[in-house]
Amino acid sequence: MSSRALRQPLSLRLTSNIFLAFWCLVAAFPIVWIAIMSVKSPVDAYDSNALNVIFGPATLATGNGLSVLDIILGIAVIWGAAMIVTKVLPAKIKEYTSPGQEWFGWVVGVLVALIAFLLVFFVVLPAVLNILNPLFGPLGRDVLGVTTEHYKTVWVDRGFSNNFKNSLIVTAGVVTVSLTVGTLAGYGLARSGSTLAFWILLIALIFRALPHSVLVAGYLPVFINSAEWLAPILGENAPTLYGKPFAVIAVLVAINQPFTIWMLRSFFQNIPAELDEAARVDGCNHFQAFRRVIMPVMWPGVITTGLFSFLLAYNDFLVTSLLLDAQNQTMVPAIAGMFNRETTTTDQVVAVAAAVSIIAPLFFLVMIFQRQIVSGLTAGAVKG
Amino acid sequence: MNFRTFAAFVGPSVFMMLLFIAFPLVSVFKQSFYITQPVYETVEVETCTPGFLTQTCVTELKSQPKLDEHGEVITRTEYVGLQSYRNVLEPERAWRAITEGNWSVLSTINFWKALRFTLTFTLITLPLVIGFGLGIAVLINNAAGSIRGPVIFISLLPFIITPVIGALSINWLFRGDGILTALLEWWLNRDIALFAQAWTIEILMMFYRVWHVAPFAAVVFYAGLQTVNQDSLESAVIDGATRWQRMKYIVIPHLMPLIIFVSMIHLMDAYRVFEEIVGFSSQAYVISLQWLTFDFLVPDQAGNRSISRASASAMLTMIGIVLLLILPLRRTWRDHKGGH
Repeated sequence: MSSRALRQPLSLRLTSNIFLAFWCLVAAFPIVWIAIMSVKSPVDAYDSNALNVIFGPATLATGNGLSVLDIILGIAVIWGAAMIVTKVLPAKIKEYTSPGQEWFGWVVGVLVALIAFLLVFFVVLPAVLNILNPLFGPLGRDVLGVTTEHYKTVWVDRGFSNNFKNSLIVTAGVVTVSLTVGTLAGYGLARSGSTLAFWILLIALIFRALPHSVLVAGYLPVFINSAEWLAPILGENAPTLYGKPFAVIAVLVAINQPFTIWMLRSFFQNIPAELDEAARVDGCNHFQAFRRVIMPVMWPGVITTGLFSFLLAYNDFLVTSLLLDAQNQTMVPAIAGMFNRETTTTDQVVAVAAAVSIIAPLFFLVMIFQRQIVSGLTAGAVKG
Repeated sequence: MNFRTFAAFVGPSVFMMLLFIAFPLVSVFKQSFYITQPVYETVEVETCTPGFLTQTCVTELKSQPKLDEHGEVITRTEYVGLQSYRNVLEPERAWRAITEGNWSVLSTINFWKALRFTLTFTLITLPLVIGFGLGIAVLINNAAGSIRGPVIFISLLPFIITPVIGALSINWLFRGDGILTALLEWWLNRDIALFAQAWTIEILMMFYRVWHVAPFAAVVFYAGLQTVNQDSLESAVIDGATRWQRMKYIVIPHLMPLIIFVSMIHLMDAYRVFEEIVGFSSQAYVISLQWLTFDFLVPDQAGNRSISRASASAMLTMIGIVLLLILPLRRTWRDHKGGH
């Protein structure tokens, strides 16, 4: 508030902040709560007393717990890791890579940091704490019941790692293809004021509104019988498209295209057209201008659009559950199967652990790319 | 940019959209008039059971699917006209229910039940999303600069997480003796079963949707609030306008294009409501139009998918989309005309 006239009275500011705090509670509570449930034994996770769920006496009774010392050291390690990644890592990467290849340095750096963190957190730290805990008396006694057994069940026994791999394949494919196709189209649409461009955008808008089940109803019979009708073209080894990840990638890319081209178009419109005109005057054709002049400055828009493509592919339930067979199933449909089984409370807590595993990457995504996500949300809106 | 360059840039994208969006639409339209089913033949089967002296034999006519030389079921596709639509809509029963004013009968027909829920859901969540979005945006705008970042981070979480998981997480809080149900029971001092009747599930679903979409609206409106002209706000204060009047006459008109934008997006998305049904496993009580199509597409116990009924219900869903989009599309068209 810059001006004196617009300054708000204390009472109003206080109320406003209280409401804001309440909203934050509402926004975060369900997510935090399932994260807490996922590390408790079933008895604790479904206890009707909130304190029992948080402290987990039944979990503690089975011998799984954390002492005050564990918690303090654990937080210290996480904080230290965060500090190293945000402060030391960028400098190191700058030092060891030549300009233009920073991205490679980042990939290696992040991987190394991740592996080092996992090693320290899950191997070194427990070993050290095993020695330290008995020495510290009351501080070393377990107070908080925490168990990782449900995560073990999900990832090892239920084969969730296979679903994770499938999710990775599908999302990576969708992001790569839809950005490649979408950037070209977005650029073309932004630089052409023709009626045709307008019609393409308008039809894309209609396509964006289509329920996905309508489209899947169109794909299913064609995909299931594809070996038959592809046989004249591809001969004997014509594939059945049903159940194949690449078919789902193509479908999700197409479903995502309307959104992608609208968003990238609005980003390209913010890049001044004089830039490529100058390049054209210097003798580039359109493709060279795009390659040499536009590509270096378009990354913020592309990263934002890529994030939203990632979210669409990663979060999709309808298309993947109908078009993929059990062995190529991605994570989200897999968890629906787990939840519907619903035989025992243990199964349910296992499903909770699976759910938390699915949303954990998204959490980090928001943390790292918050600014890009916000700019993406507002990009479409600026045009009104 | 001449046409050839434009086509080269836009070509791949348009090709993908034609192949995977336009073509399926046409094929769904066609499928909805045809039905593919196994060819049945009637065979005489003699079953004999051993008995005293002679065995008892019964001859009966059985109809069974015909098999080809590879042992696969022969299917035949035939034109049935509007039969699939009739199967989905059940017009006679629906009409009788309407004329008799008997709404409970109407809601036993899946399509009408789904339509009723989809429309209620869309229309009720719309004002809530806009209202809460605006409220949160104003609150964030009021807060000190240093806490805005973390608050936006927390606000984005409900928007970014997988819809099915989001719905599940709220489901888990209330399901059975979930923590919030326990709290409600303690507070109201009575037994509560939130998943035993349709209306409570519907309220939870709407709550989930508002929780999921309000952050999006809030971020968009918050960005809009940054561009409100401070001078006009200040002169309004000098003219003696109250806070409410400033909000009503300056801020809201300024945000109007954004409000329309968010409403449009929300209408499109809420009409496709689907993940809630899965996340709350509410199919026994509440279903939506998109879930209806999905359900026809899921193989039943015999492994058959009712493709033609799915196509018919998909086409009926489409009609709703068209009605929804006519007004905004006319506006875009007029803007385009005006712009050139």
